[in-house]
Amino acid sequence: MPDSFFSEQNLELAQEIIGRYPKPRSAMIPLLHLAQEQAGWVSEPAMAQIAELVGTTSAEVLGTCSFYEMFKRHEVGKYVINICATMSCALMGAGELLHHAEQRLGIKAGGTTSDGMFTIESAECQAACTEAPCLQVNYRHKYRVSPADLDLLIDDLAAGKLESEVPVHGILARTRQHIPADRAVGAEAPESVTTPPSWFAIEEAG
Amino acid sequence: MALRGEEIPHAPGFVKNDHPRIVTARFDYEDSHTLERYEATGGYQGLRKALDRSPEDVHGEVRTATLLGRGGAGFPAGVKWGFCPPGVWPRYLVVNGDESEPGTYKDRLLMELDPHQLIEGCLIACYAVGLSQCFLYIRGEMAVAQERVAQALNDAYAAGYVGKNILGTDFGVDIVLHWGAGAYVVGEETALIESLEGNRGMPRLKPPYFPASIGLYGQPTIVNNVETLSNLPFILDRGAEAFTAIGTESSPGTRMVAVSGHVKRPGVYEIVNGTTTFRDLLYGDDMCGGIRDDNELKAFVPGGGSAPWFTTDQLDLPFEASEVGPQGSMLGSGAVMVMDETTDIPAAALTLTKFYAHESCGKCVPCREGGTWLEQILRRVVAGTGTPRDLELLIEVGETICPGDFPHAAIPSKGIEASPFPYRMTTICFVGPSAFAPVHSAITLFRDEFEAKVAGNEDHNWVEVAIGV
Repeated sequence: MPDSFFSEQNLELAQEIIGRYPKPRSAMIPLLHLAQEQAGWVSEPAMAQIAELVGTTSAEVLGTCSFYEMFKRHEVGKYVINICATMSCALMGAGELLHHAEQRLGIKAGGTTSDGMFTIESAECQAACTEAPCLQVNYRHKYRVSPADLDLLIDDLAAGKLESEVPVHGILARTRQHIPADRAVGAEAPESVTTPPSWFAIEEAG
Repeated sequence: MALRGEEIPHAPGFVKNDHPRIVTARFDYEDSHTLERYEATGGYQGLRKALDRSPEDVHGEVRTATLLGRGGAGFPAGVKWGFCPPGVWPRYLVVNGDESEPGTYKDRLLMELDPHQLIEGCLIACYAVGLSQCFLYIRGEMAVAQERVAQALNDAYAAGYVGKNILGTDFGVDIVLHWGAGAYVVGEETALIESLEGNRGMPRLKPPYFPASIGLYGQPTIVNNVETLSNLPFILDRGAEAFTAIGTESSPGTRMVAVSGHVKRPGVYEIVNGTTTFRDLLYGDDMCGGIRDDNELKAFVPGGGSAPWFTTDQLDLPFEASEVGPQGSMLGSGAVMVMDETTDIPAAALTLTKFYAHESCGKCVPCREGGTWLEQILRRVVAGTGTPRDLELLIEVGETICPGDFPHAAIPSKGIEASPFPYRMTTICFVGPSAFAPVHSAITLFRDEFEAKVAGNEDHNWVEVAIGV
């Protein structure tokens, strides 16, 4: 592929991921994550290549991509700060926290600072309701955050002090699943399977 | 009053109490997520015992245990497994780790702190039902859970617990880790399957009601919640009898419940199912220890953001679906959100309604339009610019999503009786009704607060507004 969006290494990884599924299209969301990991956001060339890889059209990929909030189709900050606004956090002061973040960074929720460092979002429940108000930086939790804690967090992120703890936007899990070839059962297209797994059939017959 | 429950530093949010523990037993160890710790504390023993028995036998053990689904609907897992049509292959397992119901927070802990327990549960389910492949779908926003489960899977593959010839037997199954990308509705099992097929996460039209008949790629598919599967190692290792010895006959075992909001010690608690009451949970000194600042309790959401609200009148109800349903709510996903006397009730309802309006996938008109209108109208009521007519309008819009009586709690002081769960709905899934539930509960239980917000505001003549008179 002459104009590959994916790096050589990621292209290899993409093929490995596709190989795990009975149908290639199931790899669409994982590949969108991989594209976002590589560039920080999901561009049209990325979607076009994903379409080719999983055997569909780029319109279909855009359809899926645009449904999910985590996929950004434009550049966002190096650090995306999601401040939870749902009930438990709201009861514990999330509104003030968001307001403080907007004041401090001089942007509104949904906006990105002009230096490209920070995006803030008003987010939905983050499954840390007992630790309210909470936020996530690039999908890593911070618990019971006061406005002063938030100031400190922004200072530390800006000074590069948290780089080992919080990877740049786009990178989710830093540990990947790898299925060793000699251990894999392997994925088969559902149409090509008409019998129960051998171990189940044996047990059933026995 | 001193609180007796114990917090565990490496498990933020989790609080150890006096109840027996099934799924959180390993949380005490700082390295609870590692294979070494898992093996050293009885890990993979349930799987070993399962593989010594026939799949049918293992399925029978789970059925005997009456393991109720912990995702929200509370359907018995062993019965659900039995819905796979005979002779149709392949069958799949999809693990629902897309936890995002407001207030809910247990699957994330189970994935971060004991991923091998979940993996073992997946293997037992696959063995019992003849499932050829397992997809472990984790919510996109849970980066740490994704890392922990990825590491655990890599270790489990290397150690021979997952993949070909598991523990030297013929049994083999792959577990594929899959992440979502931010969409609440994907927690609905048919939307989860759509998402796993690479589509927009929109629920499928029903029937079929269970993906066990037609699911992933149109094949029989079991969709189970993380906490449900995490109970299987215990059931197979210790036996269904040890499981049913805890809790009640209709709701055996334990369940994890997150209590958040205005309590002294918010936390995730593993409690005995069926007998523990909301009062035990909110006021017990091994649990939440009462309302913050010793304030009065005003209201609480008993089962995740979708559930109709309760007040002090319902505190003595136990965690038992057959008792909570007739009283007008549901246990849902095991999440209690507590509001004390200082709470602005209409504003609190708005934080939930806005969530569901935002998360509507747009497939069903009553939810897509109705949710948005509920939010808009409630917003102006909260802002003090609503009118008395808006209070009727909220109910009218809600009735387009849920026609007829909507479940609500009793108010003995006003002579109002409970209206039982469930509701009727004009939508495919529960997102639409969930946008209405907080509005309906708040207006029914605290009408005077709404009236105070709109008092003195004149009703608009919307026809005049529309034509610009």
